[in-house]
Amino acid sequence: MSIEWYIVLSALLFATGAMGILIRRSPMVILLCLELMLNAGNLALVAFSRMVGNGEGQVFAVIVMVVAACEVVVGLGLIVAIFRRRLPLNVDDLRELRG
Amino acid sequence: MEEVLFFASALGALGGAVGVIAMRNPFYSVLALIVHLFSLAALFLLLTSAFVAAAQVVVYAGAVMVLYVFVVAYVGEGGESAWEPIPGQRLLAPLLGIALFVELSIAVLSSSLLALGEDGPDVKAGFGDPAAIGRLLLEKFLLPFEAASILLLLAAVGAIVLANRRQEETT
Repeated sequence: MSIEWYIVLSALLFATGAMGILIRRSPMVILLCLELMLNAGNLALVAFSRMVGNGEGQVFAVIVMVVAACEVVVGLGLIVAIFRRRLPLNVDDLRELRG
Repeated sequence: MEEVLFFASALGALGGAVGVIAMRNPFYSVLALIVHLFSLAALFLLLTSAFVAAAQVVVYAGAVMVLYVFVVAYVGEGGESAWEPIPGQRLLAPLLGIALFVELSIAVLSSSLLALGEDGPDVKAGFGDPAAIGRLLLEKFLLPFEAASILLLLAAVGAIVLANRRQEETT
């Protein structure tokens, strides 16, 4: 398989994740869609790493995974804190910080 | 054979991604994301990156998804309102998504990277295995590796502070 296919698939997955963020209102599903976009980026990184025959892109992908894990931990901690304060879990209702 | 595996995994990844945004219940969204992550691990294996594939299955499909399942079970479903802050948002979003995909594809495929149309160069047997990645991480990328470990520590402390029950009582 040529590398093009992987890159196009990665673009498709990224667009799907972005679409999900625009459509869904639950912060949990928005976090899941962020995961989709990060993984699409990972797929592109690994595909380019294969294209140049160099393992450094895979190290990038591993670091992206670490950052994604941190983001999930903090995001889920926020969701639990919102839930404990009996606030609605809906990004349209939680907009006090909007300018 | 490679084509069959690629298209099967690509279908799995795409189906999982669509499932994440289409399911009403967040629990099913998490399950769809697990399908997506396993398909991506298969794609990583096709790209001869065994370590990233293993980390994907163990870290993502294992640890991170267990965290999601726990929080979904704790928080519950929480129905989404049909109210749209911007009129026609749910119709506009797929159009913008398609536009983004077309734009990304044009940007990548019309670039002057000639190697994109090829299978990639032949690589040595040890390409992308844990030994190669470990050597890169601990020699060339030692500083990002340490920064990542500090970031993980900070995230763990932050999660404990955020989800702390006693702090809630004082505020």
